[in-house]
Amino acid sequence: MPRVVVDVMLKPEILDPQGQAVANALPRLGVSDVASVRIGRRIEIEFTGEPDLDRAREIADKLLANPVIEDFTVRVVEADETVDAHP
Amino acid sequence: MTARVGVVTFPGSLDDGDAARAVRIAGAEPVRLWHGDAELNGVDAVVLPGGFSYGDYLRCGAIARFAPVMGKIVDAARGGLPVLGVCNGFQILCEAHLLPGALTRNQHLHFRNRDQVLRVESTGTAWTNAFQADQEILIPVKNGEGCYVADTATLDELEGEGRVVARYVGGNPNGSQRDIAAITNPAGNVVGIMPHPEHAVEALTGPSLDGLGFFTSVLKHLVGTPA
Repeated sequence: MPRVVVDVMLKPEILDPQGQAVANALPRLGVSDVASVRIGRRIEIEFTGEPDLDRAREIADKLLANPVIEDFTVRVVEADETVDAHP
Repeated sequence: MTARVGVVTFPGSLDDGDAARAVRIAGAEPVRLWHGDAELNGVDAVVLPGGFSYGDYLRCGAIARFAPVMGKIVDAARGGLPVLGVCNGFQILCEAHLLPGALTRNQHLHFRNRDQVLRVESTGTAWTNAFQADQEILIPVKNGEGCYVADTATLDELEGEGRVVARYVGGNPNGSQRDIAAITNPAGNVVGIMPHPEHAVEALTGPSLDGLGFFTSVLKHLVGTPA
């Protein structure tokens, strides 16, 4: 079944203390070439019928994201597609 | 007639009992409302208590906003019903767009739990008319996501219109912009506050009795409001 993937990110101007905490931990792993880390949320939606991007956008705008502090994107992925996973 | 003040219980609310007790100590009748209620049972005001409604899943207050009782409360608040949101209640009011801005993770990422001095800057609201302007009060603060954020235009508007109800004094516990601890809507009937006035209403359990002023304020407000 195709799914709709919603990615929610804090707006660029909103401070992300979680991302900062992760970035600050990286030197302890010996990683010193990361300038910044920002943390968001990914939501996968399966519709009973065909994936509906407009409906997904409405869901994201009303519930999944808070437009005051967050931006979101929506896209359709095929059932057998593993999104952004590169082994 | 005794004023009837509704206190909503969501799944995960923690401070509904204390809020109802504060209402009673202030001299009103607390009326317990359930998140699934479709009616407000004729209450004269509503308190949205602190806690972790719906487990704080997704975002604090995001799911509570769609509870059946909230539809009624949003409509009634737009019509002037006094509504006080404390902590999680403040988050719900922002999610419901009754108040501007949002509450985000404390800047230092630590949960803060302490007695906090606030300066009450707006005494024109339904919930703060019993205070003196610039009165300093001591009430508990306890939150993990209490950092108030809004865009610069919104912050300027809040300050310009006297809608910053209270600010943190002697240290900002969560990184809130411009030390904001409480705000109100343009009409002054809806107030959101991050610290907990309901925990400071009697000497046995609170650091002061300063929190009682919020609850006596609404009674004063209701007496002055024609039914």
